[in-house]
Amino acid sequence: MSFVRFVKGPTAADRAIALDTLSVIGIAGLVLLAFLFQRYIYIDLALVYAVLGFIGIIVIARYIEKAL
Amino acid sequence: MDTLNNILTYVGLGFVLLGSIFLFLGALGIYRMPDLYNRLQAGTKASTLGAMSVVLGVGLMQPDWLIKLLVIIIFIGVSNPLSSHALARASYRSGIFPFFKKKIDAYEAEVEKEKMSAETHDPASKCGNK
Repeated sequence: MSFVRFVKGPTAADRAIALDTLSVIGIAGLVLLAFLFQRYIYIDLALVYAVLGFIGIIVIARYIEKAL
Repeated sequence: MDTLNNILTYVGLGFVLLGSIFLFLGALGIYRMPDLYNRLQAGTKASTLGAMSVVLGVGLMQPDWLIKLLVIIIFIGVSNPLSSHALARASYRSGIFPFFKKKIDAYEAEVEKEKMSAETHDPASKCGNK
């Protein structure tokens, strides 16, 4: 549902918000997959994905603000 | 020890259920809200609480992993409000205004004052922003 907004959103900032929510949902999904498959390494994957998503959102916000 | 494990498993399942409900509500808010700022509000708060709850639930079900999961929880709790603040500020400054008619707008005066001082004090900074 967030992906629909990501495709449809009227402005670039809408897409950025949807991307942020998608990455948070993806982190929760990775942790759940780690529990389902009993793989410890997926936790590291979720942590790295959280860091990279945060940096990406900050960069996109600075770009929208035309201050980059 | 077995009873404790059972209790922890059920509490963890409850947290995971609660968190997935909140994540669903956040995505619904992203889809249904009429305005960028409403979308930001709904999406960020609900999805932060939902993701923290899901990760805490998995940590209760699998106590060996709890330390790294706590690191993820703290990181989500710090980074998600920061990114939503950066997005709101950027979208206000790039000229997207709220959907409803505004009564109080304190940030507009701040932005105007900043613009004025940038124009009067050093005119060279007009082409380069920030």
